[in-house]
Amino acid sequence: MKAKRLEGVMQGVFLFSALISVLSIILIIIFMFAGGVPFMMEYGIVDFLFGDRWSPSNTPSSFGILPMILGSIFVTIGAVVIGVPIGILTAVFMAEFCPPKLYKILKPATNLMAAIPSIVYGFFALQLIVPIMRNFSGGTGMNMLTAMILLGIMILPTVIGLSESSLRSVPRSYYTGSMALGATHERTVMKVIMPAAKSGIISSVILGVGRAIGETMAVVLIAGNQPIIPQSITSGVRTLTTNIVLEMAYAAGEHREALIATGVVLFVFILMINGLFMMIKRKESKA
Amino acid sequence: MSKISIKDMNLWYGDFQALHGVSLEIPQNEITAFIGPSGCGKSTLIKSLNRMNDLVEGCRIEGDILLDGKDIYKSNTNVNTLRKDVGMVFQQPNPFPMSIYNNIAYGPRTHGVKDKKELDEIVEKSLRDAAIWDEVKDDLNKNALSISGGQQQRICIARALAVQPEVLLMDEPTSALDPISTAKIEELVTELKEKYTIVMVTHNMQQASRVSDHTAFFFNGYIIESGDTRKMFTNPKKKQTEDYISGRFG
Amino acid sequence: MSSKLIRGCVYLSAAVTFASLLFILLYIFINGLPHLNSDILSWKFTTDNQSLIPSLITTFIVLGLTLLIATPIGVFTGFYLVEYAKRGNKVVEVIRMATDTLAAIPSIVYGLFGMLFFVTFLGFQYSVAAGVLTSVIMVLPLIIRSTEEALMAVNDSLREASFGLGAGKLRTIFRVVLPVAMPGILSGVILASGRVIGETAALMYTLGTSSNLPSGLFSSGRTLALHMYVLSNEGIHVNESFATGVVLIIFVLIVNGLSTFLSNKLAKGTK
Repeated sequence: MKAKRLEGVMQGVFLFSALISVLSIILIIIFMFAGGVPFMMEYGIVDFLFGDRWSPSNTPSSFGILPMILGSIFVTIGAVVIGVPIGILTAVFMAEFCPPKLYKILKPATNLMAAIPSIVYGFFALQLIVPIMRNFSGGTGMNMLTAMILLGIMILPTVIGLSESSLRSVPRSYYTGSMALGATHERTVMKVIMPAAKSGIISSVILGVGRAIGETMAVVLIAGNQPIIPQSITSGVRTLTTNIVLEMAYAAGEHREALIATGVVLFVFILMINGLFMMIKRKESKA
Repeated sequence: MSKISIKDMNLWYGDFQALHGVSLEIPQNEITAFIGPSGCGKSTLIKSLNRMNDLVEGCRIEGDILLDGKDIYKSNTNVNTLRKDVGMVFQQPNPFPMSIYNNIAYGPRTHGVKDKKELDEIVEKSLRDAAIWDEVKDDLNKNALSISGGQQQRICIARALAVQPEVLLMDEPTSALDPISTAKIEELVTELKEKYTIVMVTHNMQQASRVSDHTAFFFNGYIIESGDTRKMFTNPKKKQTEDYISGRFG
Repeated sequence: MSSKLIRGCVYLSAAVTFASLLFILLYIFINGLPHLNSDILSWKFTTDNQSLIPSLITTFIVLGLTLLIATPIGVFTGFYLVEYAKRGNKVVEVIRMATDTLAAIPSIVYGLFGMLFFVTFLGFQYSVAAGVLTSVIMVLPLIIRSTEEALMAVNDSLREASFGLGAGKLRTIFRVVLPVAMPGILSGVILASGRVIGETAALMYTLGTSSNLPSGLFSSGRTLALHMYVLSNEGIHVNESFATGVVLIIFVLIVNGLSTFLSNKLAKGTK
């Protein structure tokens, strides 16, 4: 009898634990939206999202986050352009070209790359890429291109990890089928294996986009942080994430609410990206 | 006349010797069947004929395999051309996850055919030769994975034919199929020998006796007996062969 | 495309990837190791020595407390999802969606939420408690995911054998399934540690950035990563930043090595 009751109690405990995640996400949504949406309504959603002036300390102050939205988008696109091809091809290397002995070293290396703290990446870029950029383009060297390069490197492990596992899950019979027709290893990989792993590779890119758009501490050190729509690739840039981190320390009242609202916009971006990711994953598991 | 001659061939996977002193003549425009119990070396040998064994790590070969009198294991052999000339159909139908058309066109494109009209012709001819044209001609853009297993296998045969091979290797091509699909493939194979030299591995003794002209019986990595199929099935020379074809083991 | 060109691109990409990693590691180590001296390792933080010891201790405190709370919750969630819930169950779908979404939320949003909920709404102020609870939510999906995978890798015949001997579900889980799945679960916990050790954005406005050792649960502090952020942002303590970076990377190396070791062990154990 006693054992039976314990079984029941523990099952309850397990279910309760499982519901904590659900509770957390609900709380996060409620508090983020409650903290940011009222301000957006009051200030005007259009003015907030599409205003190109961010000057919280002016009177009257203006809170347009278009420069940050564009900043995030530009920087992310740049990171994708740099990181995705390298990442996917590295995944191809890992899955199809890498000798097993080398793989034993490189696989943990990609994991390590994923685990290096953002702040270390940021500091590295600040010490190395920024001065190079300063020589190359003038100015402070803290600009959009610097951020793109750094984020391009930072999304590599995300892209590599998922792409590699989807390449590896392609049935080996496709490979032998193509080789038996006299195709080379390279052609087989490019024309048969990669197309077959397409949805996994796309998912990896989406996750990479999520990582790039959400990255904060690395970007804040090197992007220049001017809240102005960047005019060129070597202009300074401020993203949604860095906008929050930069000013939260001293913001109060309306300003603080505007920063939380910035967080809401970022959050919605992430939810959309994640929704897309889940959709692809679901489609894949059905096929 | 021999299309392929195998001369005193030994093959190892690492330390394990899978084939011992195998010699065999494979005649042109006829069907040769490899039979024998699992693990006897018949699949290993068929995979050596287009050097698919190269893909297996630790695989080592001694002896000669001559295709039209030329040693295919010579260092200056172009493996990709060899595999174009010696096509292969696998046990499990393995169409690529693309349209039927692209499956068939994959091989010719691999070997440099770009012209759209030429590709169209090759696709149609290959599908006709594989006796599946009438079933799929309106669905060429359909994903090849969406059709039935028997149809998929004929697509794979068509895919192999599209690169205009001289020899067609079939590694248990019907073992994953239902009886009706199997009958269709067997019928197709007998038609194909007009143009191609066919080597077929099979588990199914009836299939070997129905379809093939020559049979080689494998056991533990040795060819125990080979020769005319009818003779071998009615009057086997070796005791082991008799035991096997009468179903006493394997 | 010719084979050589493809091969070239693939090799080049891999070279770029691993060269950047190697370069980052070497760069930080070469510049940081010489400054890892007695000053920076002194017991008390002063504006002169920029000691990292208080942050190091704070890191351990935050990490320990986070794991203490997050591990049971995460592992139990895994139990529920794998061992109890039936397939296609609506609750499972909701939970899975929740954990997937949690996994995708960027640190800074966790930071904002922690600030709004723990710091302001619950009145914790910038404190160890607020920082820890925020980290707990953040690492939950990591622990849940790896627990799930480790449990699913356990062969069903083991469970059947245990049930067949008349053992209950609970006994089967704790005595039979858990030991086999342990390396996988641990490697998830270790990954979670890595995340906490390297975290900055989520902690900045929850734990705060006070340079002293926290005096209690409701007092502020800074972890190593935060310390490094503050130093590099100020821009005057470059050497100390490098040194802190070295310590951080050493941590990450240890954590990752352990995790790789354990997952290899799991792979062997379930075969």
